Amino acid sequence: MEFLKRFAENRGAVVGAIALALIVVMAITAPLIVPIDPMSTRGRPLLPPGGEFAFGTDMLGRDVLAGIVHGARISLMIGLISTVIAAAIGVSVGAIAGFFGGWIDDLLVRITEFFQTIPSFIFAILLVAIMTPGLASIVTAIAVVTWPPIARLARSEFMGLRRREFVEAAVLSGVSRFRIIVSEVLPNAVSPLIVMGSLMIATAILTESALSFLGLGDPNRISWGYMIGAARTVFRQAWWLSVFPGLAIAVTVLAINLVGEGLNDALNPHLKGRVRIQT
Amino acid sequence: MNPRVVAEPLVAIENLTVRLPEGGDRLKAVDGIDLDIAPGRILCVVGESGSGKSMTAHAIMGLVPKPLVSSGTIRFDGENLIGLAAEKHRAIRGRRIGMIFQEPMAALNPVMRVGRQIEEVFRFHGVPGPYDERVVKLLDAMGLPEPELLRQAFPFSLSGGQRQRVMIAMALALDPELLIADEPTTALDVTTQKQILALLKRAQAERGMGIVLITHDFGVVAEIGDEVAVMQHGRIVERGTVAEVLGNPSHDYTRTLLAAVPKLAKRPAVDKTGGEPLLSAKGVTKTYSSRTGLFGPRRTVEAVRDAGFSLARGQTLGIVGESGSGKSTLARIIVRLLTADAGDVRLAGVERNLLDLGSRDLAPLRRRVQMVFQDPFASLNPRRTVFEIVAQGLLAHGMSRADARRRVAELLELVALDPASALRYPNAFSGGQRQRIGIARALALEPDVIVADEPVSALDVSIQARVLDLLADLQRRLSLGMLFITHDLRVAAQVCDHVAVMQRGRIVEMGPSADVLFRPTQDYTKLLIDSIPGRGAFAAPEAGPTAN
Amino acid sequence: MPQLGFVLQWVVKALAVVLAITILNFFLIRLAPGDPAVVMAGEAGAADQQFLDQVRRDFGLDQPLAVQLATYVKNVLTLDLGQSFRTGRPVADMIFERLPATLLLTGTAYVFALIVGPLLGAIAAMRPRSVFDSLLMVVALVFYATPIFWVGLLLILVFSVQLGWLPPFGMQSMIPVKGALAGTLDVIRHLILPAVTLGLFYIAVYVRLTRASMLETATLDYVKTARAKGLPEWRVATAHILRTALIPIITFAGLQAGHLVGGAIVVETVFAWPGIGRLAFDALFQRDYNLLLGVFLISALMVVFFNMVTDIVLRIADPRIAGRA
Repeated sequence: MEFLKRFAENRGAVVGAIALALIVVMAITAPLIVPIDPMSTRGRPLLPPGGEFAFGTDMLGRDVLAGIVHGARISLMIGLISTVIAAAIGVSVGAIAGFFGGWIDDLLVRITEFFQTIPSFIFAILLVAIMTPGLASIVTAIAVVTWPPIARLARSEFMGLRRREFVEAAVLSGVSRFRIIVSEVLPNAVSPLIVMGSLMIATAILTESALSFLGLGDPNRISWGYMIGAARTVFRQAWWLSVFPGLAIAVTVLAINLVGEGLNDALNPHLKGRVRIQT
Repeated sequence: MNPRVVAEPLVAIENLTVRLPEGGDRLKAVDGIDLDIAPGRILCVVGESGSGKSMTAHAIMGLVPKPLVSSGTIRFDGENLIGLAAEKHRAIRGRRIGMIFQEPMAALNPVMRVGRQIEEVFRFHGVPGPYDERVVKLLDAMGLPEPELLRQAFPFSLSGGQRQRVMIAMALALDPELLIADEPTTALDVTTQKQILALLKRAQAERGMGIVLITHDFGVVAEIGDEVAVMQHGRIVERGTVAEVLGNPSHDYTRTLLAAVPKLAKRPAVDKTGGEPLLSAKGVTKTYSSRTGLFGPRRTVEAVRDAGFSLARGQTLGIVGESGSGKSTLARIIVRLLTADAGDVRLAGVERNLLDLGSRDLAPLRRRVQMVFQDPFASLNPRRTVFEIVAQGLLAHGMSRADARRRVAELLELVALDPASALRYPNAFSGGQRQRIGIARALALEPDVIVADEPVSALDVSIQARVLDLLADLQRRLSLGMLFITHDLRVAAQVCDHVAVMQRGRIVEMGPSADVLFRPTQDYTKLLIDSIPGRGAFAAPEAGPTAN
Repeated sequence: MPQLGFVLQWVVKALAVVLAITILNFFLIRLAPGDPAVVMAGEAGAADQQFLDQVRRDFGLDQPLAVQLATYVKNVLTLDLGQSFRTGRPVADMIFERLPATLLLTGTAYVFALIVGPLLGAIAAMRPRSVFDSLLMVVALVFYATPIFWVGLLLILVFSVQLGWLPPFGMQSMIPVKGALAGTLDVIRHLILPAVTLGLFYIAVYVRLTRASMLETATLDYVKTARAKGLPEWRVATAHILRTALIPIITFAGLQAGHLVGGAIVVETVFAWPGIGRLAFDALFQRDYNLLLGVFLISALMVVFFNMVTDIVLRIADPRIAGRA
């Protein structure tokens, strides 16, 4: 409850949380709010906003509003799943490296550093292009390029905690290594990881939109980035085709960032107002 | 001559009040104090943590964060420093009032050359350059070696004592009328502390300036002070000359504090119980080596070198040394938290060398040697209840939760804590109470040996005394063998039957406390004893009992 | 000789990265479903039998995997990145031809961001929670959250389509302008929109980073020492707070520099800027994997290079690093 109080003290975070909640509800209930296939032709092409289509239609006569509402599903889903996978890889690698140290640490650090040296966006493009574009390949690609910062954070947290006296006390008490990691170290490392994870969802959504914009999205599913990319050739005549989906991405990512900063203030009060940008 | 009728005070504080940030344990850090600071004398402000002594010093400097700004007056040279225009206050800081801080490691800019940092004081108080010569002279006056070279150095290459000398050089650069020293030696080793205190005293005498020295240690007061003010809960409870206050304290709190100051007292010699020792070590050696980069040179540090000792049941062996002497490393090797390069450690009833055992063979033996840690905050997992903390070993060794609950209640009672506290989290307890929880945890598995690593050094003196008494009492009742790691000879004198003195990884002198501490044979031991602050003033009664 | 050790260390590191990326490239192609020869030849058209055989021979695809790998590594190490299957030209040539345009764009955006970002962030940090600070933080967060390509499109809509001030695409006008000065001005006019697009995102990043770093540094003990010395506030802020707070920013900037090509792909696509980002997009569109892998390898090399530069700068900025060695 202390947590909720501190979170609520950050006005931006509350606004972000409300906005995010609305977007999530919109994504979940998309088929109920706009019960049409967003990929189907609904009217004349390139109708401006207003009238029958509040947000207008695109060059194939598809309803932009339907695209926005249904596109939320893809953006949020990809953001969430790829972050969960990246976090699973990152935390495992970082925890093992940080807790055990020695040559295991050396090896894992080298691997992590290598993955950080790879230009991530080009690597993601390559992965998606070679695995053939689709949901699975986008999620995989984003996860593969985003886990290293999590691993580094988890490693430094675990390394710091491993030397803490309460962990030494647990070792002396005969508590098993696995139990020490799970019940002594992890709970104390979790809050910075949650903060970073929440911010990574935002980054993942941005990456997905850029991939889709370049034509690497799943061709059978509507997504915000895809909408902007597909309309790129006509965007000078039909501003609404890029403005609305772009706004949707910006608002979502902004809301997640605000929530992330709020989480940081609430979970790590001593670091208030000092969210670190991931490197 | 009574100093208090001499001339006008340098600084006159009247009814000073400083608020605490919200969420503190009280509203005011400093609660309406009056204090005169005489010119040319050393005033020690003594108090335990949170007494408001440091905040008072910061208020004089105008370094208190704005929202907490105080009411009352601080009169200096006819002006009230409170509410003084920022630019005017700035002109006084560094020029007429200098300040040094507790942590010399953190108080210097890590990326600016030492000489430049001193130079800044001249430059920004309008002293025309060049400064090089003045800086060198200043460093030389602080007793720093090779000032020409040192001027070019970055702080990281200096020792703690050297950094504090640089800090003092900076504070004294413009010959201020007042120097405020906020716990200037707390982070330093005793031998360095002695040198720094001597330096301060000399500088004071030469320049005739006033010094306000904030400290928690009456030893330091006795060593250097002319006058003393005792603070508690933001108020000054007693004020007088050092001789008056130390010799004839009038306030109860002062008396309590003075009684709690550990004294270098002789303990009654314990008869050597015969039979095999409970724990013994021979030839323990540990070297750290680090290499910078792939092709950098390898550097090695011998943390512990050929250390050996023997500990009998029911006795306490103190391992005494300054920081970096290897005493904590040795302790962690004995409990097998660190691996030694070589050595032989034997525990009564075990055939093999403890250092050779694999983790499987070691597991059942771990419970026989337990540890009490230094930091009462870092040693308890903030996310677990006291029950879970104390019972973790019991549960790991297969005791049922119901039995563990009964046992934890017993243990908490043993360390004089309310058994009901088992359900609370560590943050609900004070430092002293946390240390008791740590002791309960160490006793849970009924060990034969307790290794206590600086168990009281993070605590205020009054609490220190109580935790020491508790440890001594438990050790007697449970007939434990105790390895007591400390940097403080006075504490060692109170609880240890035998003492081993470590220096740079080696044990340089070892024997019964009465011999080592009162008839030392080694120069280093003599130096350590000689460096105890205020030794003369706290000459203790002969052979006093440990507890009460 | 610490310098020698340092250089040697970086040579080894660069070689290791090149080797690792090369091997990764090698396996990436084989990760794709189907015959690697077909993948390398590209899906579009050119895959007749004779051509496939040619590819197989070129890359030794008829050899055992280990031999294939060795051949591939050897080719890459001699800067033979193979040929583009679209144009038939050597990949290395195509990339180096386009590199200057990308360096001009990313360099301009980056230098711009590195000057403006930390400056604004520092001003904000000196007066936390002031109107300027709050406003700047909101704006920075908005740009941090906005997709780069979308910002680019909006800028074109406003400054090219609506106002007609700046050209919307390309690096030079269709009709060549006469004279060196006019030519340079022409390029600059074309450069403004894409550079601002790319720069805005990085400014947002550096504003936030600098502010956070300065607020953190401001709590350190030695800042109190600086004030106790009676230094003026501006001196405390610059020589003591900002000076140290810049160290993590340098680290971050170095890490980012090498990754700029990634951002350039999107921006060059939006503005039809003839750099390697655009090249990569075209390669992607035409499934010209060999070219794409080449771009990948070159950008990885740029990362290694910038990491090295960062390391050198850090050693100058933070004496503790060199001191430890």
